[in-house]
Amino acid sequence: MGLFLFVWGSPRHLGNGGLVNARGGHGHLMRRVAVSGLVYTLAGCNRGILDPIGPVAAAEKQIMINSTAIMLAIIIPTMLATVAIAWWFRRGNKKATYLPDWEYSGAVEMVVWGIPILTIMLLGGITWIGSHDLEPSRPLKSDKPPLKVEVVSLDWKWLFIYPDQGIATVNQLVVPAGTPVSYRLTSATVWNVFWVPQMGTMIYAMPRMTTRLNLQADRLGTFDGLSAHFSGDGFPGMQFKVQSMPADQFAMWAQGARGQGQVLDGRGYAELSKPSSYVKPMIYGSVAPGLFDAVVANRTPPNPVPAQQHNEPATPAGA
Amino acid sequence: MFGRLTWDAIPFHEPIPLITSLVVLIAVGAIGFWVWRKGWWPYLWNEYITSTDHKRIGVMYIVLALLMLVRGFADAIMMRAQQSLAIGASQGYLPPEHYNQIFSAHGTIMIFFVAMPFVIGFMNFVVPLQLGVRDVAFPTMNNVSFWLNASGALLVNLSLFLGEFARTGWLAFPPLSEKAFSPGVGVDYYLVALQISGVGTVLTAVNFVTTILKIRAPGMSYLRMPVFCWTALASNLIMLAAFPVLTVALAQLMLDRYLGFHFFTNDGGGNSMLYMNLIWVWGHPEVYILVLPAFGIYSEVAATFSGKPLFGYRSMVFATMVICIVSYCVWLHHFFTMGAGADINAVFGIASMIIGIPTGVKIYNWLFTMYGGRVRFTVPIYYLIGFMLTFVIGGLTGVLLAIPPVDFIVHNSLFLVAHFHQVIIGGVVFALMAGYTYWFPKAFGFTLDERLGKAVFWCWFIGFHLAFMPLYVLGFWGGTRRMQHISDPSWAPWLHVAFLGAVIIGIGIVLTVVQLLYSIKTRDQRRDVTGDPWDGRTLEWLTLSPPPHYNFAVLPDVHGEEAYWTRKQTAIKEERLIDEPNYQPIEMPINTPTGVIVAFFASVCGFAIIWYIWWLAILGLIGAFAIFVWYAWQDEHEHIIPVDEVRKNARERRRIRMEHLHTISQST
Repeated sequence: MGLFLFVWGSPRHLGNGGLVNARGGHGHLMRRVAVSGLVYTLAGCNRGILDPIGPVAAAEKQIMINSTAIMLAIIIPTMLATVAIAWWFRRGNKKATYLPDWEYSGAVEMVVWGIPILTIMLLGGITWIGSHDLEPSRPLKSDKPPLKVEVVSLDWKWLFIYPDQGIATVNQLVVPAGTPVSYRLTSATVWNVFWVPQMGTMIYAMPRMTTRLNLQADRLGTFDGLSAHFSGDGFPGMQFKVQSMPADQFAMWAQGARGQGQVLDGRGYAELSKPSSYVKPMIYGSVAPGLFDAVVANRTPPNPVPAQQHNEPATPAGA
Repeated sequence: MFGRLTWDAIPFHEPIPLITSLVVLIAVGAIGFWVWRKGWWPYLWNEYITSTDHKRIGVMYIVLALLMLVRGFADAIMMRAQQSLAIGASQGYLPPEHYNQIFSAHGTIMIFFVAMPFVIGFMNFVVPLQLGVRDVAFPTMNNVSFWLNASGALLVNLSLFLGEFARTGWLAFPPLSEKAFSPGVGVDYYLVALQISGVGTVLTAVNFVTTILKIRAPGMSYLRMPVFCWTALASNLIMLAAFPVLTVALAQLMLDRYLGFHFFTNDGGGNSMLYMNLIWVWGHPEVYILVLPAFGIYSEVAATFSGKPLFGYRSMVFATMVICIVSYCVWLHHFFTMGAGADINAVFGIASMIIGIPTGVKIYNWLFTMYGGRVRFTVPIYYLIGFMLTFVIGGLTGVLLAIPPVDFIVHNSLFLVAHFHQVIIGGVVFALMAGYTYWFPKAFGFTLDERLGKAVFWCWFIGFHLAFMPLYVLGFWGGTRRMQHISDPSWAPWLHVAFLGAVIIGIGIVLTVVQLLYSIKTRDQRRDVTGDPWDGRTLEWLTLSPPPHYNFAVLPDVHGEEAYWTRKQTAIKEERLIDEPNYQPIEMPINTPTGVIVAFFASVCGFAIIWYIWWLAILGLIGAFAIFVWYAWQDEHEHIIPVDEVRKNARERRRIRMEHLHTISQST
């Protein structure tokens, strides 16, 4: 594998969607520092998993906060007691009672086993319910039919195929706001994790396997996505943008994209598969049908061939 | 002739590894020369390198761990520097192919060649003393274990000079670590080094399980063993069951890479998920291999410096064994995001949390050990309290990671990185530093400087929080791990704080060296003449500091949970020692060069396998086997220490003890 093959594009500066762009500020240094400081402060409380834009991310954040609160209720008193007891019973303190043989107390034992057991029972309940409610493969409740998106991780970029629209994008995921999206994911090379922190659940994209994920973005805007599993030298450039737009606008976008730009057939896919990183977003106006399943089955021909030949038998050729 | 090994393997074009290699080579050469000029080689050879004495082997393990800590830390500070420079438009000073080696080496070295030898070193040094016996069950094998471990460490560090190290992360997940994606020697260095040191670790586990189950002083029943011995038993049981799984997983990956098998490849019916499961079936118990002995150290420290028995001893033992067993039932929580399904995720999530119960109990037991005590604020107590404050937060974030829906948004993120450093630094490293301070006088006969020790503690404590709290924040912001370049400029301040934290930890490591040198220089003022500098409670404080080769002239009779404390209190009350026993000649194992020679051939063989030099690999194997056969045909394995010598030493010890007893009686 060519380690130096991938393209070093200029790393993109990922500003925060919906906020003031710090880099827009001109003028001398002080003003820029002041503006970045402001953005930084604002960004601090309005981003990542703390700023969910959809039901899955919101529910997960809620579980995290609830569980943290439950545990802090135990942990903070424990920490205070640690410091207080150690300090009060310091050797120099004449007022403290010395109990040189005190090593057992049934009542205390009951409490010290009881507190953690009760806490874990409570958290265990949250875990059981939360795991089932937020199981990634479980379709989201909605009156709208879900949009289907097929995700392929490549070295080192993301391919998003819209099977029903017959289009595909690279490093740019466009979704209709308020509509559930049903993802199928795989990898054409090594493992990656598909993660849009503000949308919630991340999941592995694994070669020769398919994982399922259901997410929804309710807010409009542009959000960051990335790979959350190290996949080689171009890994840090494996970032993408999520654009959440109104449903009708999405339909227009998909309509407009169809037939435009490049064609993702065997040849186009082979070209795309070459290692590259920090890849700028692109759109394919047409996609060979069944491309995703071909990738899963490792059937994609190693050399550029027309898309029609995709249904040839599986080749055991080395990856 | 030399397989893949050519002049290209030497990093002539990369200044950082080249200069580092030269500096290390010169330093090693200079130290070797200095030792030779001083005429210390025979001493080192006889007293350490070929020693079968568990105390000496323990010291060697800890020296290895401290040396590797410096290497692992150098990797850490380079990563922190890269991440605080390579933000936005800048690419920093490390290209990905170098940065990726560094974080892989950091993890591998810190776990396998710092934490493991440090923990095993303490078990070696302490367990036989606490059990009131003279050695471990298999002393020669013990020496072999150490040298195999050192051989692994040597190969990992050799990758700096020749070739490259793995660029796959410290667990080398396939298919990235398969030949198709990592054709270089890096992954082979990783695999071979871990296989060799893994053999050493399994032998250690066999040795210690046997020792603790079969060799104890008279009267030392299971429920009279000090808690450190219990945690050592649990830890070695886990090692015994978990390390073979690692060996198998790595062997399968080697078969893939060397012989074209398809265990984990993308083609030929391989499945990389299998590796993920196997590696974590080892990997999660590994956490408890490290942290259980750490808990043992805290238990010893808490009781000794509170001047009280450990609160809830039986509870503590039970909690330890619960963790020992449940630690096998949680591995899947490392990949909740693989899509295994709600039932599986929930079961493993809850199982993981259940470990929080005995761990919580332990925290409270240490708390109640201090309650009603007379807590002496020595360096080990600083680490204990620092640990209790840090670890509960690490536990909190750990339980969050065990809740699948929460893991879905923090898996593999900087939040995770912060979490496991919090439990490993706050839990394991603090314990190791506490144990280092606590048992140092037992090993060398003088204490370490207290003021410098506290300075080191504050460096670790403050440095750790500065270095890792920002990573929690960045994890919340959607930051993932192993990034050679950071796109988002707003992360900069947090990464700079993290770098500052790493620098402070670095100062702590430098101060540790200063503390050691200063304490050696002023050792005459800090001699431990009594053998019991901390007013200890367990049997290692009964003998002199440093203990004679055979530890105890006569194996102590154990009555009750705190063997030495009971005996000491009786002596103080009656103002006399127990009656002089009938001394016998003592049979002790002789030195053997087996370990170091086997490890030499293992290193040669491993090196040859890495570079495809097959004739040399075969030669290495034959050499290792030959020395094994030679050893097996030896008739003499023990030598006798004459009764006169035993009696003379024992009377000297009794005289010292009597003097000490008078001092105590007069002061009370």
